[in-house]
Amino acid sequence: MELTFLLEQLVNGLVLGGYYLLLALGLSLIFSVGGVVNLAHGAFYALGAYLSLEIGRRLGWGAGVALSPVAVGVLGILFERFLLRRFYTADPILSLLVTFGLALLAEQAIRMLWGAAPLPSSMPPGFKGNVLVGDFMFSRYRLLLLALVLVLLAGVWLLLNKTAFGRVVRAGVQRPDMVAVLGIRLQPYMTAIVVLGVASAALAGALFGPITIVHPAMGTEVMTAAFVVVVIGGLGSFWGVVLAAVLVGVVRGATIFFLPAAAEASMYVLMFLVLLLRPRGLLGERIERFE
Amino acid sequence: MTKRSHEAGRRHALQAGAALGALLVVPGLRAQGEKIRIGHLTPLTGFLGALGEYAQQGIKMAAEEINASGGVMGRQLEVISEDSVNPQVAATKAQRMIERDNVAVLMGEINSASALTISQVAARNHKLFLSIGARSDALRGKDCNRYTFHVDIPVTVMVNTVGQALVRDHMVQGKKIFAITSDYLFGQDLSAKANKFFAANGATVIANELVPTDLTDFSPYMLKIRQAKPDVISTNLGGNQVTNFVKQYAEFGLPYPVVGFNLNTADAWAAGEGNLGGIWPTVWHHDLNTPGSKKFVADFTKKYGRIPENHAWIEYISLKLLAQAMNEAKSTDSDKLIAYFESEAQFDILKARKAYFRSWDHQLMQEAYPFTVKAKGQAKNDKDFLKFGDALPAPNQPLELLAPPKSENACKM
Repeated sequence: MELTFLLEQLVNGLVLGGYYLLLALGLSLIFSVGGVVNLAHGAFYALGAYLSLEIGRRLGWGAGVALSPVAVGVLGILFERFLLRRFYTADPILSLLVTFGLALLAEQAIRMLWGAAPLPSSMPPGFKGNVLVGDFMFSRYRLLLLALVLVLLAGVWLLLNKTAFGRVVRAGVQRPDMVAVLGIRLQPYMTAIVVLGVASAALAGALFGPITIVHPAMGTEVMTAAFVVVVIGGLGSFWGVVLAAVLVGVVRGATIFFLPAAAEASMYVLMFLVLLLRPRGLLGERIERFE
Repeated sequence: MTKRSHEAGRRHALQAGAALGALLVVPGLRAQGEKIRIGHLTPLTGFLGALGEYAQQGIKMAAEEINASGGVMGRQLEVISEDSVNPQVAATKAQRMIERDNVAVLMGEINSASALTISQVAARNHKLFLSIGARSDALRGKDCNRYTFHVDIPVTVMVNTVGQALVRDHMVQGKKIFAITSDYLFGQDLSAKANKFFAANGATVIANELVPTDLTDFSPYMLKIRQAKPDVISTNLGGNQVTNFVKQYAEFGLPYPVVGFNLNTADAWAAGEGNLGGIWPTVWHHDLNTPGSKKFVADFTKKYGRIPENHAWIEYISLKLLAQAMNEAKSTDSDKLIAYFESEAQFDILKARKAYFRSWDHQLMQEAYPFTVKAKGQAKNDKDFLKFGDALPAPNQPLELLAPPKSENACKM
């Protein structure tokens, strides 16, 4: 097989990886800092897609993509303030149940507001078409997505590693009691993390809506994949999630190509193998109770 | 003492509750005994879910109209509508509807694989099953049975409807075809018939990719298609997979024409204007110019606030034709209804020509239509970009022209 063709497949895998990364990063951040497994994460993704269409219809496509994560971020503030906050110290099973219930409610609300039929969603005609470099061909829109994901990733990394905000968040993840002793309230930081997390899920919905189908169950559909990525990467690890997203994307892309029947199973097989060799995920923190 | 009185109080409450319950239930039971119950199953979730919602709305509207005009033989119809989810669940629910709900007839379905399991339950229990929206040839071929009747056009009709137009447009003879197929009963059936059509008309199928039904990302296939450099891409996809495919195809901007043998209007709408091209078949479309069809579109749009798509129409006419059969046969008994349908009685299905069930394979003979996409800028709204073609077979040709002939049909009842 030609080299360009393999390169095309690799780029395709990276784009898929970028998609998983946008979804899983927020899930991982919220878990690392708040200790809450947010099963409603997919609902924010679906909401991002729907709101971007609604806003886009009135103000143009670009405004839809830019403003829907903001709107969902505002919802994220309410979500953290009135719901999530009650569960940081409670039994994790409670937050699981509550966020799962919220996901069901959100799906039904979307169905009532916009109907069960998928909404027509499309990118502006200018973004359609391919980029051709020599013999290498790829979708123009997907290359743009890849670039956007890289920018976002760099932004989050800088935020966490080069700012005072990031230092407090990282300290909060490691030793929340010490941060409290220093007189720093972690609560506003947690709000910011939740906003960042759900807004990135909404951005994924807005950006990937035009190339998939915008329908009420889209949030539920992506949740499993997001979880698999977080588990493969290792709980609490930033680079773990990045690595796992790319790995899942490339493996999935390759299976769709070579063995389509196994496409859905591929990421679970990958998860199985990774957990077999490294029970805490690729770059996960050591889990003391078990190891 | 207090404990005792507390218990006595609870006992009283229980008795009162039971009495109240009996009061509520008994008249309810009697009223239900007079109603004719219909068990209706159709997928509301998964890749066919959007179509299932139209299906439920269509049958509900028909039931309300029938009941408002006095019901069937003076009795009201009660349609019990449930999400069939998948073939296993569909069979379980069908069995339960027969045993517990005591339904007179089973109806519904879009998923061919689910229709097959329901039809087996129906045959085992000697109940009539009106299979409404499933299109696999196998259902009316080797898997046919005496208790199942088929309303939607079968795969062969869909292939022939589009095929005629493709031959006319010189897209078959001597062409290299890249086929892409949903990997389940309907998709495989469609692909077998399509490949047979291409072979018979001088085209070469250079690839036939089988796609899992839950797959939403087609980008690896775009790269495969580009490598294969076909003359025509032929899609045998089910449900919203067609939507995904054509959207992503438009996104990658490949130059080869896409045609297809299956596309429901709701899935075409979801693709959005500018993403869809090619020639497709349909069993019905809201632009159909008959008085009955126009009234149906107006009533449906008024009731639900959206234009009906083909699965809304087909569910609507299915309940209407069942009601006609019950009235004419003066019975809800499955055997009597089968005899009525097999008499090849005519039904008004809001098309130019009346329809009838072919007695030996239980297929409803009716017109089908090809559709293409309007030129850019001609659409009046976001659901108006489909260009609806003339009915096939032509008015001077027999309705059986496009359907599989008896010699090619493995059905034995």
